[in-house]
Amino acid sequence: MDAAHIYILLAAVFGLFMAWGIGANDVANAMATSVGSKALTIKQAIVVAAIFEFLGAVLAGGEVTSTIRKGIVDTGLLSDEPQLLVYGMLAALLSAGTWLLIASRQGWPVSTTHSIVGAIVGFAAVGIGMEAVQWGKVGGIVMSWVVSPLTAGFIAFLIYNSVIALILSREDPLARARRYVPFYIFLAAFTMTLVTILKGLKHVGLDLETSQAYLLATAIAVSIAIAGAMYIRRIEPDPKADKKQHFHTVERVFAVLMVVTACGMAFAHGSNDVANAIGPLAAVIAVAQSGVVAAKSATPIWVLLLGGVGIVIGLATYGVRVIATVGEKITHLTPSRGFAAELAAATTIVIASGTGMPISTTHTLVGAVLGVGLARGIDAIDLGVVRRIFVSWIVTIPAGAILAIIFFSVFRVTLP
Amino acid sequence: MSNFVAGMFGSSPVQPLEQHADLVHKCARKLVTFFEQVAAGDWESVAETRESISGLENEADEVKKQIRMQLPRSLFMPVPREDLLELLLVQDKIANRSKDVSGIVIGRKLEIPEPIKPIFLTFVGRCVDATKQARKSVRELHELYNAGFRGAEADLISEMIEKLDAIETDTDDLEAEVRSALFEIEAEYNPIDVMFLYQTVGKIGEIADMAERVGRRLELLLAH
Repeated sequence: MDAAHIYILLAAVFGLFMAWGIGANDVANAMATSVGSKALTIKQAIVVAAIFEFLGAVLAGGEVTSTIRKGIVDTGLLSDEPQLLVYGMLAALLSAGTWLLIASRQGWPVSTTHSIVGAIVGFAAVGIGMEAVQWGKVGGIVMSWVVSPLTAGFIAFLIYNSVIALILSREDPLARARRYVPFYIFLAAFTMTLVTILKGLKHVGLDLETSQAYLLATAIAVSIAIAGAMYIRRIEPDPKADKKQHFHTVERVFAVLMVVTACGMAFAHGSNDVANAIGPLAAVIAVAQSGVVAAKSATPIWVLLLGGVGIVIGLATYGVRVIATVGEKITHLTPSRGFAAELAAATTIVIASGTGMPISTTHTLVGAVLGVGLARGIDAIDLGVVRRIFVSWIVTIPAGAILAIIFFSVFRVTLP
Repeated sequence: MSNFVAGMFGSSPVQPLEQHADLVHKCARKLVTFFEQVAAGDWESVAETRESISGLENEADEVKKQIRMQLPRSLFMPVPREDLLELLLVQDKIANRSKDVSGIVIGRKLEIPEPIKPIFLTFVGRCVDATKQARKSVRELHELYNAGFRGAEADLISEMIEKLDAIETDTDDLEAEVRSALFEIEAEYNPIDVMFLYQTVGKIGEIADMAERVGRRLELLLAH
C-alpha cells in the first residue's frame, strides 16, 4: 500500500472515531432540552437525532468543514512539504478524539470544536511555525465562541419574553397558543431550510438563486407550519389535568412546536459538529490524492456521509444511554421554555454553520438556556455547572494543542 | 456519564414548597378535630390526634430541611433565594404553632369552659380556613412560574391573597370575641387554667397570622 492510501485510511479511521465520539457524547447535550421537557420520548428523540444529525451533517456541514480543512492553517507555506499537513491533521484528529475520550470519562465538560481547533492551531504553530497559522481567521473563530452563546442567549430572552407577553400571561393562553405557535413553527422551519438551501444544496449539486432560495424556504416553512397548525387544532383540552395545572393543554401545544425545534437542533448540531471530525479528514484526502496542498477541490460528498454515519453510530452505541439519563435530570423544563432555548440555539448554530464558523453547540445551548433563565423562565439554574462548562472553554484549547504537538512529532518520525 | 446541559438545571424548589404547604395545612387542620375531642372530653382520642399533629410537624420539618439543602447559593432563580426561604420559614411556623398549641392543651388537660365552647371552635375553624387559603395560594406557585410571574395568573394570586387577608381579619375579630367571652366567666374557673387558655387562644391566633404572612411573602415574589 502506498503512502497516500495509508494517509487516507488512517484519517478515515481517526475521523470516524471522532465522529463516533461526537455522536456518543455531544448529541445528548443537543437533545437534552427536548428530552428534558418530555416533548419527545427518548426513543423519538433518538430517531429525530439520527435522521436530522445525518441530514445536517450532509446538507449543511460543508462550510464549517472547509474552514477546519483550510481556514486555520496557511497551506500556502506547505507546498514544499505537503505531508506535514497530513501529519498535522492526523495528529489533530487523534488528539481531539483522545481528549474527548479522557475528558468525558472524567466527567469534564468538553467542547469538541474547541479541542479540534486548539489541536490544529497547536500543531501548526509549534510543528511548522507561528506564521503557518492564519491568526486573523483564528481570531474570528475565537470571537465567534464568545459571540455565539451571547447571541443565542439574547435571542432566547426575546423569544421567551414574546411567549409570555403573547400567550402565557394572558387570560386565554390556550386559544392564544393555538393561534401563535404555528408562527413560531414557521420561524424555526424557515431559518433551518433557508440556511440549508443557501449553503448546503451546492454540495448535493443543486444551485439556486437567492430569490428562489427565499421562495423555496418560505414555501417549505409555510407547509410545515400549516401541518403543525392542523395537528395543534386536534389537541383536545383535558379539563381534569387543566384543573390541576392550568397550563397542561397549553404545554401540549408547545410540545408540537418543540418537535420541530428538536429536529432543528439536531440538524444544527450535525451541520456544525460534523466538521470537527471530517474537516481534517477532508484536508488529508485533498493532499493525499493530488499530492499538492490547497487544491481548490470541494469537500467530497462521501466524506460528509462518513461523518454523518459516524455520528449516528456513536448515537446508537453509546449516546442512547446518555440521552436516557437526561430526562431524569431535568425535571422542571416545560416545552414553552425548552423550545425558546432550542430555537435560539439552533438558529445561532445554523447561521454559524452557514458562515463557516466552527462554534460549540453545547456552549451556544447553555447561552440560550441562560437567556431563558434571565427572562425568569427556569426554576433553578446551577451556576456552578455553568461555570465549569465555560472553564472548559479555556482548558480544552491548550489540552488539544499539547496532545496534537506530541502526536505530530510522533507521526513525523514514524509515518512515510 | 454526565451531561452538561442537563447538569445545569438545578432541582426546582417549587414542587417541594407546595408539598410543604400541604403538610403544614394538614397539620393545622388536625386542630379542628383536636379541639372537638377536647370539647367532648374524649382524652384518649385527643392524645391520638396530638400524635398525628406531631408526626405531620416532623414530616414538614424534613421537607423543610430538604428544600434548604437543595437551594445552595450558586443557584440562579427567577425569584430571590431569600424570599423562598422566608416563605418556607413562615409556612413552617404554622406547623410549629399547631404542635405547640396541642402540646399545651394536652399537657395541662386543659378543658374549654362550656359557655365559650361554640365560639372557641368557630375561632379554631376560621384560623384553619386561613391556613387552607394560604395553601391554596402556595399551590398556585408553579402556575405563577409557568406564567412568567405576570398577567392573569399574578392577578389570580393577588385575589387569593386578598381573600386570605379577609379571613385573617375575621380570625382577629373572633379572637377578640373569645377573649371577651372568657373574660366574662374567668372568675369562675381555676386562674392558672384561665391563664393558659388565654395563651392558647393567642397561639391559635398566631397560626392565622402566619398564614397571612405566607400571603405577604407570595406578594413579594409577585413584586419582583
